Amino acid sequence: MSISTSRSDQDYVLCALDRKLILATQSGLPLVPDPWATLGKELGLSADEVLARFQRMQDAGVIRRVAAVPDHYRLGYRFNGMTVWNIRDDAISDMGRQVGELPFVSHCYRRPRHLPYWHYNLFAMVHGTSREEVEDKASQIKAVLGDTCEGHTILYSSAILKKTGLRLRKS
Amino acid sequence: MSAVTERQPELQATPQFTDAEKAVINRLQVGLPLVHAPFAAVAGELGMTEEALLQILQDLLNRRILTRFGPMFHAGEMGGALTLAAMRIPEQDYETVTRKVNGFDEVAHNYRREHELNMWFVLATETPEDIARVIAGIESVTGYPVYNMPKQEEFHVHLHFPV
Repeated sequence: MSISTSRSDQDYVLCALDRKLILATQSGLPLVPDPWATLGKELGLSADEVLARFQRMQDAGVIRRVAAVPDHYRLGYRFNGMTVWNIRDDAISDMGRQVGELPFVSHCYRRPRHLPYWHYNLFAMVHGTSREEVEDKASQIKAVLGDTCEGHTILYSSAILKKTGLRLRKS
Repeated sequence: MSAVTERQPELQATPQFTDAEKAVINRLQVGLPLVHAPFAAVAGELGMTEEALLQILQDLLNRRILTRFGPMFHAGEMGGALTLAAMRIPEQDYETVTRKVNGFDEVAHNYRREHELNMWFVLATETPEDIARVIAGIESVTGYPVYNMPKQEEFHVHLHFPV
């Protein structure tokens, strides 16, 4: 969940130095008083230049932020429910917007169906400290959807199999 | 680390954090200011020393409360692509398939979920064309179909976990 998706107005072109900075920090920022100076030393740049490049990448949206990525299970958010909904195609955009505005929905997307295995076209992720909390949030979503919804389910995650976030290849 | 990190939610105790740890977790999910001596700036906000902040942060990473501290990238803006994909894997093959799927660098996260489609992963690639290539690769290595579910519309993305 450390990556979001395109705003796609204009693609920012990563130059070779930006790429080096990303490669140097994608597994983590140096935990020292001045991480920009430490990175600069590695790459032959001044701390000011490193900082300016990070600022530019953040302004362009290439970097959303420089932040802590928690293991939500270990924070007590043990129930991670992917609620999925079968919404009439003519109502999906409107319903998606309304569901996305609910404060407890962390991600909300329209995605394709794969019949006959998968009927659901609206995905809304909710997290809770108990199954009841997730179910209560799902029923609030259901109330918003009304009769545009022809079925839903909640997929709970039972194990994180991998969580590395987006990585650039070192090639 | 084993391929399948089994941590049944029901078996986990609710974690206890000190007030200082809570403050660091909550503040640093929002983002580090892009200034010189950024940890000192955050430490000042939180009323602790820079040294204490760095120590708590390192400790939270060591305990794997935090999986990472660093830049959070936006694949679309980098000219790359993202998709969500799912697979239906019989129990007897689950661990083997997990290892094979996780072996692809493009698999950014992978979750086991309780459904007929029981493996859900995010692919992040440097070019849009790579998505189809990686999906074909996963299908060929595992022998199971991959259901690709790229987002068609995005309504909201906002993820913070207050403690």
